[in-house]
Amino acid sequence: MDKQVLAVCAVDKAKVGGGAPIFYASDQEELSELAMLISRVFGAAVHDLHNGVMIIVKH
Amino acid sequence: MKYILTLIIASLGGVLARLYMLRRDYRQYPSYPQGWAIHLFLGFIGGSIGAIIVPALLEGDYSAVSFLLLAASQFREVRNVERQTLSAMESTEMVKRGTAYIEGIARVFEARNYLAIWVALSVAITSELLVSIGWWRVGVGLVVGGITALILMRLMQGDQICDISTVELADFKFDGALVLIGEVVMMNVGLPESRKVYQERGLAAVIRPKGPDAKATLANLGQMQAIAHDVSSMIGVYMDVGEQEFIPMVRRDPSIGSLHVLMVPSEKDEEAFLAAIRRVPVLEGAVRKPLTSVAGKMVD
Repeated sequence: MDKQVLAVCAVDKAKVGGGAPIFYASDQEELSELAMLISRVFGAAVHDLHNGVMIIVKH
Repeated sequence: MKYILTLIIASLGGVLARLYMLRRDYRQYPSYPQGWAIHLFLGFIGGSIGAIIVPALLEGDYSAVSFLLLAASQFREVRNVERQTLSAMESTEMVKRGTAYIEGIARVFEARNYLAIWVALSVAITSELLVSIGWWRVGVGLVVGGITALILMRLMQGDQICDISTVELADFKFDGALVLIGEVVMMNVGLPESRKVYQERGLAAVIRPKGPDAKATLANLGQMQAIAHDVSSMIGVYMDVGEQEFIPMVRRDPSIGSLHVLMVPSEKDEEAFLAAIRRVPVLEGAVRKPLTSVAGKMVD
């Protein structure tokens, strides 16, 4: 496995859970800002799941 | 000492052939000057082996010939060294070469030493056949060596992407976070800022194979990675370390076997982008010929 979910960013708390670190945002704008900042720390890519959840994946 | 002239011009022919094969192009590999020094010296060893075989045979010294042939087998090590060097450098590349490309380069470097041996051998044979014409054989020998080198190089030349396919610009669009070329999903670009960069600076192309053989060749993962790497090294890529969303993408359309390329070049020049894709070498290890099989002909 060379791909790994490093973090999950979400607006709706009900939609996420599990093992990866989860970061909550209050709206869509904060969500993408948060995802961008985390992705730059890890050097990873941001993927949008279209339901108010973004995942940071190391490829 | 009667073979000294043959030895000198044949070894020289081998080194010159190796020098001719050391081209400095966009890949900058072998690197200059240390990489060159290594390969020229190996070429000299190869040339010497080719040169000495002829006098050794003429003198009936067959054990020497056997040893020389044994020495030639040492060039196999060249492939290992090249592979190790390139694999070690892989982590420093923004866009990876991929193992198939590395394997291809390593193979070429091994083969070129054998070419140096062939050229030296051809010069030595010519020189010994024409002993009667005196010093003129220097010129004739080098001409024969030059022709041999040209023929061997021509035979060794592989195809480029433009030989097996047509390359055209394509449009890409966003469906939410997904980037699509036609109906093929290229990737999921999550950040709105990154999507903006793609819309402003991104370029896309479609590579359509010219036949079933080309289709099978383009389906090789190593070939896809080689396209991504070579295009980025030729026209540059707009990305910083860790910006994985800007890594050039090559994806396959399974319905027709075409490849779709999406990238953000450092300069948005459509013609340069297409020219770069067309010039990517077809990897020897990726070539497939399904049409030579009965089953392959049946599905065509």
